[in-house]
Amino acid sequence: MGVTKEGVEATLTSKMNPTHLEVIDTSGGCGASFAIEIVSEQFEGKRLLERHRMVNSALAEEMKEIHALSIKKALTPTQQKAQQESSNTQAA
Amino acid sequence: SFRCFSALNPALKTTLDKVVTSNKVVLFMKGNKDFPQCGFSNTVVQILKSLDVPFETLDILENELLRQALKEYSNWPTFPQLYIDGEFFGGCDITVVYADD
Repeated sequence: MGVTKEGVEATLTSKMNPTHLEVIDTSGGCGASFAIEIVSEQFEGKRLLERHRMVNSALAEEMKEIHALSIKKALTPTQQKAQQESSNTQAA
Repeated sequence: SFRCFSALNPALKTTLDKVVTSNKVVLFMKGNKDFPQCGFSNTVVQILKSLDVPFETLDILENELLRQALKEYSNWPTFPQLYIDGEFFGGCDITVVYADD
């Protein structure tokens, strides 16, 4: 049995305590490939490489079966707010 | 579960230290720069080519021991893996973010 989207969500929710989490199964259902957007306080003060490492180690068990993991966004809540405001300004 | 086998022995670590410092930019990927065998590897190759920086690629599909050892060496679970000035820089997503800036 492969890794499920729900399994990835549950693991990240319990370990990273995200304020926003989006997991997309990009494998077409076989569970081998996921794209992730995650917003968490735990990223505060961490560089991008460190943030991705945190996600990778949170998913260490799942990574044994996942072939491709794409971390599209790893933001702090403050950064997410700033990004949303700037995109709203551009749209206006 | 504990592991009783490590692909990264001291001799291989010394070799990898030399390989990642052999060029300013070294990319471990699936395939090579002229024939990438995966979309993520291809993305990083295209970024490096567009930046016009000289870089060396090594095909991890040709050597399973190298592939396993590199995961431990960089503490990074997937490929491609980009090294700059001998230091692990990141995978595809990180390279894309920095290329956008």
